Amino acid sequence: MNGPNDSKDNQTNPGSAPILLGLQTELQPMVKVPDQGHSCCGAANTPSQEKTCCGPTASPDQMQKVDQILKSLMNEPLRQETAPPPVQEPLDTQDVPTAEPVESCCGYAPPPPSSHLERPGYQLWSFVDKFISTPVGQVPKVTTVLDKSDIQGTIMARLGGARDNYKICPGLYSVGDPDQDSPVLVTANYKLTFDSLRKELDGLNAWILVLDTRGINVWCAAGKKLFSTEEVISRVKMSGLHNIVKHKELILPQLSATGVSAHLVKKWCGFKVIWGPIRANDVKKFISAGMQADKPMRQVTFTTAERLELIPVELYLLRKPALWALAAIFLISGISPGFFSFSAGFSRGIMAASALLVGIVTGAVVVPILLPLLPGPAFYYKGALTGFFGGVLVAGLWWDQAGAMASLALLIFVTVISSFLAMNFTGSTPFTSPSGVEKEMREAIPRQMAALGAAVAIWLITGLFA
Amino acid sequence: METFRYLPGTSTLVLDTAACVGCGECSLVCPHGVFLLTDGKAKIVDIDGCMECGACAVNCSVKAITVTPGVGCASYVLKTRLKGKGISTCGSAGCC
Repeated sequence: MNGPNDSKDNQTNPGSAPILLGLQTELQPMVKVPDQGHSCCGAANTPSQEKTCCGPTASPDQMQKVDQILKSLMNEPLRQETAPPPVQEPLDTQDVPTAEPVESCCGYAPPPPSSHLERPGYQLWSFVDKFISTPVGQVPKVTTVLDKSDIQGTIMARLGGARDNYKICPGLYSVGDPDQDSPVLVTANYKLTFDSLRKELDGLNAWILVLDTRGINVWCAAGKKLFSTEEVISRVKMSGLHNIVKHKELILPQLSATGVSAHLVKKWCGFKVIWGPIRANDVKKFISAGMQADKPMRQVTFTTAERLELIPVELYLLRKPALWALAAIFLISGISPGFFSFSAGFSRGIMAASALLVGIVTGAVVVPILLPLLPGPAFYYKGALTGFFGGVLVAGLWWDQAGAMASLALLIFVTVISSFLAMNFTGSTPFTSPSGVEKEMREAIPRQMAALGAAVAIWLITGLFA
Repeated sequence: METFRYLPGTSTLVLDTAACVGCGECSLVCPHGVFLLTDGKAKIVDIDGCMECGACAVNCSVKAITVTPGVGCASYVLKTRLKGKGISTCGSAGCC
């Protein structure tokens, strides 16, 4: 286009071509330069090429204006991408008068004043200790201690309510006092993941490169190709890592291997992937052993504690289906000799609802806890087994009131619910394969449907001929 | 993980030993110790431990490993059957 200026800008900002192009197209009507350059045949894709336009050329004045606007717009998104906002030095507080809060009767004591690290329009995470100066700008230094807000966030995420969108900003962070020889740890931007990593890094000097995995943990994000080869490469480039460290190595969590091809990362950004341990609490040991992992560091576990942590989310996700099931239970239980009876809906509905509750407990709580002890290996079988024992309890509870047939229906109902929920727990384990799950489901679903059909039929019949 | 075993004989994992160059990446990334490097070649030593996560295939630079990767999640499988692939994600299913 108008030659030298364009080329120069593109050389100083090598990665900016696509951004520049997007802006250019949008910009055209804005600057009102009629018929200039918009009818380009090819120049749009090669902004650094000169004089490939076949349309009329704009006057130097007009182009200079375009240039200025482009330049200002172009720098904007780039600065945001490459470095956090510049942190100004705090003012000399000795010269600034500060007001002492006066004690009064108005409610509570005021919270502490805003930190000097805060900036208008940004929210400062409490885990940021300070910002350190690097060749690519200010990089946050994070603490290795979890505070109250971190622990509250963890609890909320574990309970299920705040699990989605619990994330931090991707980009480069630091821990300890890292220099150009310090290791680079790559991780996901799920806050729970980030917290579990940084709390293990006390005493370590390292860089932490946080990828944009949309707030999803390492393994799941890798499975979804969010913790991906492309994301690693682009985040390495965006962060300017090659200006920060002398070496060319990245430590990735081993479980990200599902989404990241080490040989392609090396090929496209020059950094060698070192597969770190699976668990964050092995990271320091791994580094001090000269980047060597022993077998336990490389294999997943599924301890009782790990299984217990999953139960609240399992239950949380059952809220909606459970409400639908309750509505269905009320309707089916209310069908009576006189077409529909509200009192029967409630009195018999309570029995079926108790069966549902017990089925949820035996399927989504007891199975995860007793998982390795229950015979299987199919999960639906494990759930049916715990459900059967739960069902015997429920049938015994209502036997006198409901009679033998209806109690049998309750027993079957508990068994089916439990079996189905246990089968759903496959998605939360680190060892079930999709082929295996498909095989299990081909076997389980027809049986579960048949049993559920039988339970409903018996329940209806006993209700109609009560 | 020896304590937890799932249905045997279902894994789609296949290793082309002739194509293997013995780099050892598969045995490094596998979270279940399915591979072992012996005599400069990878070897599948525990096929029933495989959960088809696909890490080995993704990191095999000579494409000697094939596996149909996916998530072993019943509610995801159910959703894809009911709604069709692509529409459902395993995100809201609860597992991932």
